Amino acid sequence: MWLSNSSIGRKVVMSVTGIALVLFLTFHMAMNLVALFSEDAYNMICEFLGANWYALVATAGLAALFVIHIIYAFWLTMQNRAARGSERYAVNVKPKTVEWASQNMLVLGIVVIAGLALHFANFWYKMQFAEIIGVHDLGAFGPTDGAAYIRETFGCPVFTVLYLIWLAALWFHLTHGFWSALQTLGWSNKVWFERWKTIGNIYSTVVVLGFAAVVVIFFVKSLACGAC
Amino acid sequence: MDKNISFTLKVWRQKGPKEKGHFDTFQMKDIPGDTSFLEMMDILNEQLINEGKEPVVFDHDCREGICGMCSMYINGHPHGPATGATTCQIYMRRFKDGDTITVEPWRSAGFPVIRDLMVDRGAYDKIMQAGGYVSINTGGIPDANAIPIAKPVADEAMDAAACIGCGACVAACKNGSAMLFVSAKVSQLALLPQGKVEAARRAKAMLSKMDELGFGNCTNTRACEAECPKLVSISNIARLNREFIAAKLKD
Repeated sequence: MWLSNSSIGRKVVMSVTGIALVLFLTFHMAMNLVALFSEDAYNMICEFLGANWYALVATAGLAALFVIHIIYAFWLTMQNRAARGSERYAVNVKPKTVEWASQNMLVLGIVVIAGLALHFANFWYKMQFAEIIGVHDLGAFGPTDGAAYIRETFGCPVFTVLYLIWLAALWFHLTHGFWSALQTLGWSNKVWFERWKTIGNIYSTVVVLGFAAVVVIFFVKSLACGAC
Repeated sequence: MDKNISFTLKVWRQKGPKEKGHFDTFQMKDIPGDTSFLEMMDILNEQLINEGKEPVVFDHDCREGICGMCSMYINGHPHGPATGATTCQIYMRRFKDGDTITVEPWRSAGFPVIRDLMVDRGAYDKIMQAGGYVSINTGGIPDANAIPIAKPVADEAMDAAACIGCGACVAACKNGSAMLFVSAKVSQLALLPQGKVEAARRAKAMLSKMDELGFGNCTNTRACEAECPKLVSISNIARLNREFIAAKLKD
């Protein structure tokens, strides 16, 4: 199978799963923004998704994308380290055009996974997971009261900072990942390379700012109410 | 006239592919600025021979930047600090009096060290043998414009053909990937009518040879194009990806 036994094939898998995950992030970010305008509307979305069959199918698909993306990342990194040989350069200088993110995608990815684990504990476990197993009191609030969990989590400065660090790592990961995915698919040349890079930078910034806005605004709101 | 400089030279010494290597340090005195880097290495070797020591082994041939033989990793850059130049095109005036200059061989599993600074780049020949050619004899030079080729296409093919196969892309790549080389060799033919016919077969054969020989997977860091002495662009890698994916989807 060329998707596993050729270097370009393996990269295509990274590229396609990566693009799919970027699309997921876009939807997730859009749904989060709803909480800024109306907490009731946000809870309606939580209710609408919950443990319904379509939400579960989508979650399973999403989990598969994540797992494939992560397994391939470690696999590719192991192969690449082997290809580099056993001796390392004594002096190594990063050329100016090489982005820092591009050389540290695995590390950034690991930070993203760590953030994801935290996010699962803060939200997913108390919401969708609670609905799946039918135990509705895993968290302090009902499983569809997403807005309450947002208020609780970002009322705490530690979580707020951790989530912002997570989002920063995600931003670096996306700025390289975006154009890199299209380059891997072959949809690039001297002109499109610059275009994809610019589009990728803008897109990642919008997505990450969208997420960060919810975190920051709920944190500021909690300060205003004096609750933590 | 350039000024003379004195500096410390750290050179990688390794007896053979399986031996453990180490750095030897030499003090170079009063080297004129208009000495080329390889001439400086010649001066060092002459000193070593006069002292009855083993000279440093390194690859070199044309010494005018077209053969692709010279291969030194100088101060963290393949072919040294200059852009768009090979090791032999670097002059000592680029360095300052009192500098420490570190010289290492290409380090990559695909290019095992033969001795000191000389590495085995036979893997590139094997990749070329796998498909880097046109199978039929195309005869003598055709009449100009007998086969019309648009100027931008011809330029693109020529830029890809500028690759001298020196291996700096592999040396610079943190993944030891030979994608820039393979993509340049695929592109120089795929862009032209004579080479287009076999483009799909060529892309598949050369890429699978590259994978088989233990080169890494491209992660688009762009270190290769930044260090390439012939400034080959990663747009060639996009073309190779395109050719390869299209060929596989057709199968």
